[in-house]
Amino acid sequence: MTNEAIPDLMAFDDAGLDEAFGGLERRARVEATFISNVADVEKFRLEWLGRKQGRLNEVSSRWLKAAPPEAKKALGLRFNALKEFVEGLLDAALGGGPSDSALKAEAIDITLPGSRRLTGAEHPITRTMNEIVAVFAALGYSVGVGPEVETDFYNFESMNFPHGHPARDTQDTLVVAGQERRPVRDRLLLRTHTSPVQMRTMELVPPPVRIVIPGKVHRNDAADATHSPIFHQVEGLCVDHNIAFSDLKGTLDHAMKALFGSAVKTRFFPSFFPFTEPSADVQISCIFCGGKGCRKCKQSGWIELLGCGMVDPAVFAFAAEKQPAYDARQISGFAFGMGVERIAMMKYGISEIGQFFAGDMRFLGQFA
Amino acid sequence: MKIITKWLRAYLPQLAVDDAQLAEDLTLRGIAVEGIFSLGEGNGSVYEMDITTNRVDAMNHYGIAREAAAIYGLVLPALHFALPAPKPAAKPFSVQIEAQDACGRFTARVLRGVKIGESRDWFAGGEVASYFALLQQKTISNAVDATNYVWLAMGQPTHVFDLDKLEGGIIVRRARKGERLKTLDGVERALFEDDLVVADHKKAVGLAGVMGGWDTMITPETRNVLVEAAWFDPMAVRQTARRHGLHTDASHRFERGADFDAPPVASALVSAILLANSGWIEGELVDVRVAALEERTARRNPIALQLSEVDRILGATEDEEGITAATVETILTSLGCGLASQPPAMGQTFGQDLWLVTLPSWRLDLEREIDLIEEVARVYGYNRFASTLPAFGGGVRSLPWAEKETAVRAVLLAAGLHEAIGSSFCSAAEAALTAPQPGQVVPLGNPLSEEADVLRPSLVPGMLAMIAGNLNRDVGDVRLFELGTVFAGTTEKVEERMALAVGAVGSLPEQSALHPARQIEFYDVKGVVEQLLDRFELRAVYFDRFPREAGITPGWLHPYRAARAVADGVTVGWFGQLDPREATARKIKGAVLVGELYLDRVFKSALRKPVAHEISRYQPVHRDFSLVLNEGVAWERIDRALSDLHIPELVDWRVREVFRDARLGEGEYALLVGTTFQAQDRTLREEELQRFQARVVEAVGKAGARLRV
Repeated sequence: MTNEAIPDLMAFDDAGLDEAFGGLERRARVEATFISNVADVEKFRLEWLGRKQGRLNEVSSRWLKAAPPEAKKALGLRFNALKEFVEGLLDAALGGGPSDSALKAEAIDITLPGSRRLTGAEHPITRTMNEIVAVFAALGYSVGVGPEVETDFYNFESMNFPHGHPARDTQDTLVVAGQERRPVRDRLLLRTHTSPVQMRTMELVPPPVRIVIPGKVHRNDAADATHSPIFHQVEGLCVDHNIAFSDLKGTLDHAMKALFGSAVKTRFFPSFFPFTEPSADVQISCIFCGGKGCRKCKQSGWIELLGCGMVDPAVFAFAAEKQPAYDARQISGFAFGMGVERIAMMKYGISEIGQFFAGDMRFLGQFA
Repeated sequence: MKIITKWLRAYLPQLAVDDAQLAEDLTLRGIAVEGIFSLGEGNGSVYEMDITTNRVDAMNHYGIAREAAAIYGLVLPALHFALPAPKPAAKPFSVQIEAQDACGRFTARVLRGVKIGESRDWFAGGEVASYFALLQQKTISNAVDATNYVWLAMGQPTHVFDLDKLEGGIIVRRARKGERLKTLDGVERALFEDDLVVADHKKAVGLAGVMGGWDTMITPETRNVLVEAAWFDPMAVRQTARRHGLHTDASHRFERGADFDAPPVASALVSAILLANSGWIEGELVDVRVAALEERTARRNPIALQLSEVDRILGATEDEEGITAATVETILTSLGCGLASQPPAMGQTFGQDLWLVTLPSWRLDLEREIDLIEEVARVYGYNRFASTLPAFGGGVRSLPWAEKETAVRAVLLAAGLHEAIGSSFCSAAEAALTAPQPGQVVPLGNPLSEEADVLRPSLVPGMLAMIAGNLNRDVGDVRLFELGTVFAGTTEKVEERMALAVGAVGSLPEQSALHPARQIEFYDVKGVVEQLLDRFELRAVYFDRFPREAGITPGWLHPYRAARAVADGVTVGWFGQLDPREATARKIKGAVLVGELYLDRVFKSALRKPVAHEISRYQPVHRDFSLVLNEGVAWERIDRALSDLHIPELVDWRVREVFRDARLGEGEYALLVGTTFQAQDRTLREEELQRFQARVVEAVGKAGARLRV
């Protein structure tokens, strides 16, 4: 069938061999370009490399046998080169794998959803608390914590809430049972704020101090959309020589910009806390409307976010009992405290504080 | 508290700003106006105020006018009422202060021939009726309206007695043993011996500074009146009010410190309103004062204030000039302080601006230099101070366990558990069930509810509550963990520890359209515990269980599906399936997995530092062994037998399959164990492998397994 393609070889000199093998090579190249499917590949393979009737077989049996002994070596080399060339064409046609149509049979529906290995979500309170702590860590604040069950001394007395003072009424306190017979300052209660850690820190470390204190606190509050008997605060304390109210302003302005974006503005209002003086409430420009006024900020353009102030000299006097370097005439400082739930509710658009403590998978899963 | 601007402006007619501006200026100076509502043309606005507890002096119209005057530098006229000249009295009304420690001042004025009825205009303007209407305050009778008016005008509590029901003069004293008093609220009270009372010569006629007495109250028939305006000690009033569970406007003010100088003015104002109907004054105002208390309040010693201290505490202002001596003087003077310049003390070089400041009688919250500095900052305006950042050269320390907590959290989150925060409290019954140290449960003195009356000794009750909550809401796949404090010890000394709880029910944290979900089982939780403990530098971790009778397994766990985790000889936690009986009691369906780790114990170990080992370049060889074992033989025995072989080339072995079928003998099960042999320095030869295999077969045989054929 293929005999007409293989002429008899007349000349065994170089030029003759060149012409004969060159012709076959060109022909193979041309035929290879017509290969378009699996059947074509097989046909090409049989035509050229088939054991019985393949052209190369033909060449081998007709040309090699007919060649004079002195030409056999050169012819053999050219024959091998041609064979490699044809095999190369065949490999290229095969593409090193199955054909397109074979692949088409393996088609899948890529629009089906991906299989997901679900990861857990950090609690939004943890996440918010860590963000706040990180902002202050970058300002040189160390991290501290304190016990959740505190003594009256640390929670109230040393924070300048004298026994029997009306300011205590504003913080409904959960108390440990059976304290009535103990001296007032030793009575155990659930801390109502993270501020007692200010005193614990100062008793241990002389100034300068820069510390940020995240923690859980409790109050005997009836639960509603914005109140929970359990909540979290981040407290901060900075004490050194020449710490002024303007430093407090600068620090908190920086921190609020770091937490809520550089466009946020802060403003400070006089307020009252027994353990700071002057005391201030800090508002930030509404992060939802940019200060234009919306439902979230009750049209005021401002959102109240934290309490702060200069550490009251009476607080330093308590600290000085153990660390005399806390002399209010020599050093000064500021403290601040913020409610983590309130910030998280704002950041994530949460309307019910109770959701933080219900362990609802659907709620928590949103923070993954 | 509500303030109407019409009334406010009556005290400060020069006030030029509009109501909105005034509200903002007050708010920025700490007298917070929370809401403004217009009252219509010509009526001004009503302010909803939120005034901090230290500023009781500003919780009234005149008090706020005082603040406004200070802000705008206006002069506030003193309150003054021209009363008609009194008719002479045969003898002055008798007032005695017996409790000299608790009552600083008591004024009494006798009015005769008054007519109790509707309030009349008491001077041009008809303030009582019109102001009360704007405030939506009901008018009741001229006697009640008068005291209410004075309260709203100047924040001074006053009281009026029916003079004819008083037996003899007034004595302010402590209550007597067994004494009783029916108060204006109609409650018959047994008095405590420490209660401060206003009494006549026979009986108590009022709880001083808290509430008047029923029997001496004004009635429509009253013709003669005694007007009381007094100053009572904060602590005495607070204690009396607390003992009787009363909180009144009067007690609120006295507890926080009233104005020692206000009673005569208040008395005059009450009298003026009453006399507008009819009647006359009999005798001069009786005004009894206790010098010691007057010195502690109205006539306090002046405070030294130094400008350099103002600068040190307040720092830079946006205005380059900063806070000058003139600024300080203007602000404090406008607030009613008196400033006298002081010559510098001996040897002081910077004492140029040193003042002695006398304090106004209505500002008992001002006691120290810092209080004056706050006033300067407040009136100057907080937002006029610069924003500066303090320099700092110290180091920063994080919590010693912060890194460990982060590592633990990372394992749990990667395992697909969501972090939860549960209640810090539980019921005594739950505490008894879950406390790791039985009996060490700390009860609360004033619990939120019966279900939350102790401090949680374990995170398990909270975890179970959260799981049940999810199941109740038809959320069937629950995977939670909580990192939190648990409490032990006694009510004398409470110990706090850090714990971790995990809880899961439903399917694994995988979501696939093509593969069926697998239910979470014991081994999934065990895997999390293993991975978590793997993060720590622990030499020996093992898990064991105890027969029910041993009484060691916590009561909340399924006795035969519970494991104790032991790390370096210390129990670090328990986990397993929730005891189905507990599940039923909580209406929980399905096999809930729950566990608790005592993180304080785990955190005693350092975090494991990864160490890289050379990866062998030689071919590993895998050999599987199919073993048949008695049900009584646990995997741990096989595991230990292989471990005890100490064949360095036996680099890995694991259970590939556990199965039970009928072809096995009674009480038997089968394990398919996969092993991997690999050497660091050579390709293993067949003869070596044969030897290793033989040793494996021998070892597992001794451990109680036979090869399956």
